[in-house]
Amino acid sequence: MARKITYKQAINEALAQEMARDSSVIAMGEDNVGGAGAEGEKDAWGGVLGVTKGLYGRFGDRIMDTPISESAFIGAAVGAAACGMRPVAELMFVDFMGVCFDQIFNQAAKFRYMFGGKAVTPVVIRTMYGAGFRAAAQHSQCLYSMFAHIPGLKVVVPSTPYDAKGLMIQAIRDNDPVIFFEHKVLYTLEGEVPEGAYAIPFGEADVVHEGDDVTIVTLGRMVHFARDAAQTLAKRGIDCDVIDLRTISPLDEETILESVNRTGRLVVVDESSPRCNVATDIAALVAQKAFAALKAPIEQVTPPHVPVPFSDALEDLYVPDAARIAQAVTSVMEFKR
Amino acid sequence: MSATLTRDDLLRAYRTMRTIREFEERLHVEFATGEIPGFVHLYAGEEASATGVCLHLRPDDRIASTHRGHGHCIAKGMEVAPMMAEIYGKKTGICGGKGGSMHVADLDVGMMGANGIVGGGGPLICGAALAAKMKGTDGVGVCFFGDGASNQGMILEAMNLATVWRLPALFVAENNGYAEATSSKYSVACDNIADRAGGFGMPGVIVDGHDFFAVHEAAGEAIARARAGGGPTLLEVKLNRYYGHFEGDQQTYRATDEVKRIRETRDCLMLFTRRVSSAGLLDLAELEAIDRDVAAQIDAAVVAAKAAPKPTAADLLTDVYVEYA
Repeated sequence: MARKITYKQAINEALAQEMARDSSVIAMGEDNVGGAGAEGEKDAWGGVLGVTKGLYGRFGDRIMDTPISESAFIGAAVGAAACGMRPVAELMFVDFMGVCFDQIFNQAAKFRYMFGGKAVTPVVIRTMYGAGFRAAAQHSQCLYSMFAHIPGLKVVVPSTPYDAKGLMIQAIRDNDPVIFFEHKVLYTLEGEVPEGAYAIPFGEADVVHEGDDVTIVTLGRMVHFARDAAQTLAKRGIDCDVIDLRTISPLDEETILESVNRTGRLVVVDESSPRCNVATDIAALVAQKAFAALKAPIEQVTPPHVPVPFSDALEDLYVPDAARIAQAVTSVMEFKR
Repeated sequence: MSATLTRDDLLRAYRTMRTIREFEERLHVEFATGEIPGFVHLYAGEEASATGVCLHLRPDDRIASTHRGHGHCIAKGMEVAPMMAEIYGKKTGICGGKGGSMHVADLDVGMMGANGIVGGGGPLICGAALAAKMKGTDGVGVCFFGDGASNQGMILEAMNLATVWRLPALFVAENNGYAEATSSKYSVACDNIADRAGGFGMPGVIVDGHDFFAVHEAAGEAIARARAGGGPTLLEVKLNRYYGHFEGDQQTYRATDEVKRIRETRDCLMLFTRRVSSAGLLDLAELEAIDRDVAAQIDAAVVAAKAAPKPTAADLLTDVYVEYA
């Protein structure tokens, strides 16, 4: 039975159900228990934003606090995965990838290929991303494109509680390394989520709004702004397909191309920095494979090429919003050759 | 001499060390012909370390290795013919020609890979040890690394984590005196790498890496303690490499007669042979028979590797994912 829970609760529930189902699933991260070795209560935090809260009580030593030592514990999760476990490690903020990226892109991603197809490394790395918390340049970035660039990794970016649960269950059951991006602003978002376990396959985008005039391709938090824009535009007689990619590696090219071939117009909305990001990737895909269908130049809605600023006045200007998306859609509709 | 070593153990140890030596000496010759792609980093001179440690290990124990990893592979039980074919970049290689010398691995024998990243194996072996602990086996994880990696954050973080989680792990610092062309006297801030063990809450032991028996004994104590739940150890093995950082290295940073002097006075195979023959444990004739057998085995491996087919275009795109939509 479905009931309303938050994005954060959906991820916690997915972890709990998979840990109950499969004893090889373990979880680790900074403060994932919270309070290990301290005199106060155990399970004090459940991760810095509380996603793993309550799991320690149910699963004991299968959920572990780690030192602030990302190379060691992300690498340990990778090594344990190659030795038969299914670890879920929390890289607190994706901005911290700089201190442990070797273990992700040189080790986890490459084992299978380098070892001639003999390695299976079912590790999940959960990580928080995104602007909106006034957390500034080192705690707000949107770095999924950098992971999608690496062969051997799968990259998942859920936008709703329903998707977060189903994609997390798939991530844990998947036999390849998965980087799971959780937008910290979405943690409190509520949505209908079935109580039972279900897996959403990777590489299947979700069309969250339908229309034949313009295709909007987006992901993560931007899906909500894109849908808001599409609803506003519909009142003005402009009908948009809004495609939530859900995973960017693998990428559902078919859904994107089918839509653009129908609408002839593309707006890509991406919260990551504008150079070499998901928006440029989708734009290149469409320019190459649906060129003949295009009636207007492809528009990209992204932040500017600057670090995420601190002041609320600046951060609000930095993050794309529904108005900017609507403006981009209007411009492709008004384009004349 | 360690009371735990049977006659079979001694024969096995000698065969392993001789196999590594023959493998590497042959690669030294073959690499010069230009037929082997890429780079090779030879382990010759360091055989007593891999052999002394790995003689204690079971197939379900895991090791992580380095760019200088051939010796660890052989000591952990990897077959030499598919290993040689891998180094030649052939389809019959243990990794299908996709890994090469720096990434050769055989998970079936607990060998988690040579590693092109200095220090990369430290965190991985914490994971292997964690898996053994979680599954309730008494398996161990052994991380081999060099004096260069001893300054690398991944190794230092891994040692801290291993103690924090009380993992069944052994960190073997193979200090051959040079990180590429830079002396460890310059790059390591303390006198001995093992001196750092106290900072990570584990015992630190220094052992002469030319002496198989010393390595075997020290590793045996550390591994037994790890299996019993006593936590990790840092074992510093002081040894020498007989060749350059990689093949083709002119080694102008080393004293002119440095390697010659070590080969003549402290060679691990020579010391082993002297000791077992003077104690009457093994006959020289037995050892010579092993030498002949190993030479023939390595020769056959080279012949087979040279004759084997290369991977084809169809192999380029496989083995990236288990499944990719």
